[in-house]
Amino acid sequence: MKKTINIAVSGLNAIDSPGPGISVIRGLRDATSFDVRIIGLSYESLEPGIYMHDVVDKTYQVPYPTAGTEALMARLEYIHEKEHLDVIIPNFDAELYSFMKLEGELKKMGIHMFLPTMQQFEERHKVNLPEFGKKYDILVPDSKNIFGTNELYTLTNEFTYPMVIKGKYYDAGIAYNVEQAKSYFNKLSAKWGLPIVVQQFVHGTEYNVTGLGDGNGNTIAAVPMRKQYITDKGKAWGGISIDDKKMLEITHNFVSKTKWRGGFELELMKGQDNHYYLMEINPRMPAWIYLAVGVGQNIPEALVNLALGEKVEPFKDYIKGKMFVRYAWDMIVDIEEFQAISTIGEL
Amino acid sequence: MRINKNIAISDMGFVFNPVNGESYSVNPIGVEIINLLKEDKSYEEIKATILNNYSTDETTFEKDYFDFTNLLLHLNLTETEDEKNN
Repeated sequence: MKKTINIAVSGLNAIDSPGPGISVIRGLRDATSFDVRIIGLSYESLEPGIYMHDVVDKTYQVPYPTAGTEALMARLEYIHEKEHLDVIIPNFDAELYSFMKLEGELKKMGIHMFLPTMQQFEERHKVNLPEFGKKYDILVPDSKNIFGTNELYTLTNEFTYPMVIKGKYYDAGIAYNVEQAKSYFNKLSAKWGLPIVVQQFVHGTEYNVTGLGDGNGNTIAAVPMRKQYITDKGKAWGGISIDDKKMLEITHNFVSKTKWRGGFELELMKGQDNHYYLMEINPRMPAWIYLAVGVGQNIPEALVNLALGEKVEPFKDYIKGKMFVRYAWDMIVDIEEFQAISTIGEL
Repeated sequence: MRINKNIAISDMGFVFNPVNGESYSVNPIGVEIINLLKEDKSYEEIKATILNNYSTDETTFEKDYFDFTNLLLHLNLTETEDEKNN
């Protein structure tokens, strides 16, 4: 009989710009090395995963990262008392910092995680990407952090339009002139704060790789994907696994040089010059992680085994030319369920 | 010219390039020519097969064949010299 592991997972917002939680859980439920009881961690009462009872066994609301690590720790202690957590998989960029800070304390309580180190998390941040590229010899597009709209007027000395105007954590817009750049600056800075990142637009085709590093420089898993259907938020609604040796080489190089620990997603652009530019590094598994499971690399399962200190052999291969197509599904939910999660924060 | 060995082609004419995820549709004669190229048939052999099976003349075949194979080359569906040697 397989051991049952209690795993808490966030990112249950399976919406048009989805969090990875539901896909991660599907991978965990497909795991062959253990059984799972899934504890959902939610921030909002309408995250669809809360109501998907065949996917998530029990959900608890947790405080927003702005409430601080003490509030989060208090809530996790309460959840742990009830659920005896073995592993937590945080899936939002914005919450990772708090969980990384609490990693030591949680470990003492017997709760394991497999997250990047604080240094890895900080240096791959989009505001630090040019230095990251230089340090690890990875091609990145030119970019600059700016703190005021006045700086937009002098950018044409270094950049040419179109430029990508990026929020500190999420969201971006392509600006073809200074007026558009100003509008994006105001919108994104109001939402995500400063600085705003201005990046040279690279014409080309967008590719992504998801993978898992063991923290010692070994790539445990790597699956490249080409987006086939992109939503207006730039998210993949359909994609296909591909056989691109160069992208795998970039991934192995990234993992071995940074000694990356945990799941990740590399966003790459193949420019018209046939070079791959690293656009962004997401320090967690992406929402399309179930494609990796579907092509033979169960990254969520491997991540849990690494978190628990098990030895995990690197995956050698994956199926090429396998697609994922996302879909929307209306669930019918009783008001009592909504009431429970909204008032007592548990369901 | 040789078709890249990774290229998948179905009987219905669906061509998939697993390196970049691109896919294309070709008509039945396109499928036939791609399959002949995959079998390493020479230009002369392919010409003889097509002229034998279809009512077309040599000039028309030649023009259409080179149009088609140039397109395959442009879409990176053929092997480079390096790939051939590996």
